[in-house]
Amino acid sequence: MKILTEHIDVPNIDTIDVFMKHGGYSAVQKAIKKMTPDEVTEEVKKSGLRGRGGAGFPVGMKWSFLAKPEGVPRYLVCNADESEPGTFKDHYLMWKSPHTLIEGMIVSSFALGANTSYIYVRGELMYVINILEKAIQEAYDKGLLGKNILGSGYDLDLFVQPGGGAYICGEETALLESLEGKRGNPRNKPPFPAVKGLWQCPTVVNNVESIAATSWIVNNGGDAYAAIGVGRSTGTKLISASGHIKKPGVYEIPLGITVEDFIYSDEWCGGIRDGHKLKAVVAGGSSVPILPAELILTTAAGEKRLMTYESLSDGGFATGTMLGSGGFVVMDETACIVHNTLTFAKFYHHESCGQCSPCREGTGWMDKVLHRIEHGQGRKEDIDLLVDVAKKIEGNTICPLGDAASWPVAAAIRHFRDEFEWHIEHPELATKPGAVFMRKGASWTK
Amino acid sequence: MSKIVFPAETLELVKKIIARYPDGKQKSALLPILHLAQAEWKWCSPEVMDYVASLLSISSIEVYEVASFYTMFHLEPVGEHVIEYCRTGPCCLMGGVEVYDHLKKRLKINTGETTKDGKFTIKEVECLAACGWGPVFQIREKYYMHLTKEKVDEIIDELSK
Ligand SMILES: Cc1cc2nc3c(=O)[nH]c(=O)nc-3n(C[C@H](O)[C@H](O)[C@H](O)COP(=O)(O)O)c2cc1C
Ligand code: SF4
Ligand code: FES
Repeated sequence: MKILTEHIDVPNIDTIDVFMKHGGYSAVQKAIKKMTPDEVTEEVKKSGLRGRGGAGFPVGMKWSFLAKPEGVPRYLVCNADESEPGTFKDHYLMWKSPHTLIEGMIVSSFALGANTSYIYVRGELMYVINILEKAIQEAYDKGLLGKNILGSGYDLDLFVQPGGGAYICGEETALLESLEGKRGNPRNKPPFPAVKGLWQCPTVVNNVESIAATSWIVNNGGDAYAAIGVGRSTGTKLISASGHIKKPGVYEIPLGITVEDFIYSDEWCGGIRDGHKLKAVVAGGSSVPILPAELILTTAAGEKRLMTYESLSDGGFATGTMLGSGGFVVMDETACIVHNTLTFAKFYHHESCGQCSPCREGTGWMDKVLHRIEHGQGRKEDIDLLVDVAKKIEGNTICPLGDAASWPVAAAIRHFRDEFEWHIEHPELATKPGAVFMRKGASWTK
Repeated sequence: MSKIVFPAETLELVKKIIARYPDGKQKSALLPILHLAQAEWKWCSPEVMDYVASLLSISSIEVYEVASFYTMFHLEPVGEHVIEYCRTGPCCLMGGVEVYDHLKKRLKINTGETTKDGKFTIKEVECLAACGWGPVFQIREKYYMHLTKEKVDEIIDELSK
């Protein structure tokens, strides 16, 4: 079942004529000509579509919170900042099929009553920005954007905004600050963007994939979307698969397939690269807890784990993780958990905006302590120190970056404590190039 | 350095960019225009940032504080080709460390340095949203993916011509 990527490999699908030949922009026709904005919102609510940027908040519900005071403009801002390590699905979709996003932007803007919308793309993806701008121009030329779209009286202008290289601008209030030409410091909430967002006007911020999915929902109905998936995990999800698998790439999966299938089936990742064994997975981008092979394939209760929001988080953080942004990083026995955790800690240290002291100082501490463990200068008390610092950041900051920084460190120690101990106790072995601790009796130890 | 002014067609583009935002919100054009400025003058010198401030009728400090927040803007002179390699976990799993070490050896410089002939600068950056196609680096707008030592040599040979 493909919703977003059905035609993604059709030659020239990035041009509007080919895109329309494959049914593109039919959702705009249907929404604008045959539906009211509230009817579109109603279908999105029925679909059960949840935000694909990481938090999984229901899209229809978010839309219904949008304040609508008379005479005040409302905005839709698409979050295409995609900077969470392990995640590259929005990049892929916009690069291959820009009109899929643009169609969704028109449909969603119509539902929200926005007459100006922005797509905020991370600045490093300047080549994708050029692709989007060319596609937007094509849509203007066909009367799908601009004044009086398809003779309906509805006006919409759509612009692309480049970021400047800052992960924190993926956080929705930091993104709005950035779009206002400022440093990307997250705002205190409330007020939420739905009430005071861009230039203090009511604003909805949604992820690329969330917005792109709304076209299919308009065409086929919310019920049809909700029929795909399991329970509250409806529809399809783009998974960015990287690491030690045979076929890294972006896959659109129906939510509800088993993790085992996703890793080993030829339809998806194709299994672990030849001669190697699965050791660990970071299932939803760098922010979510890492799990060892056994726990990613089956829950602590012994059930097969599914690719759904609920199943991946089964067991809480003790034995579970999160679907997050769908950045699925697979590691075989050659991966050093300490090194990988260090790169993530460095990342959060670098990306902390510095407003809250627990995050600013704590990410620095974790980076520093992990650095010395990795480089053979670890001390016995360092592991508990890391756990303590992680705990002190969590829940004590303005935005969730603090939590996102502390979780991966805490989880790596929770599940791979022996690996950290080995680094500290045997620096002469651990600092050899390519050296990796092999746990006795583990399924990945040869 | 000659006087800092955008060419006429870039100035036209600047006007168009400012028109994307409501009246009085021209400050929103800051990031797009800083990108144009960096493309024109290679790095964001204080003079360049002052010029950008004047185009948007904002104070210079508003430009400095923004340019220094975002990692894409170079606040020091850089070489002709700036190579920005991704050092985050997933790229390292794909052999990134060895490939980037090779790059540094080949150019005989470290991260953050520029070759003596001013041709290359190497910078270390965080995840470039291309993790499944790693190791990755970026030179200007172009992504170079699935890097190996051999590929790095080919790219450097080509750019050294
Ligand atoms: C540090 C941080 C980084 C984030 N980065 C992104 C991102 O790159 N893309 C994204 O869509 N959401 C990101 N989010 C989530 C956004 O704040 C927001 O929840 C999301 O864009 C809402 O869209 P959705 O409901 O469609 O997922 C990030 C959140 C945090 C705290
Ligand atoms: S938690 Fe970190 S990134 Fe978020 S606002 Fe505080 S300092 Fe900034
Ligand atoms: S980790 Fe290198 S591109 Fe994401």
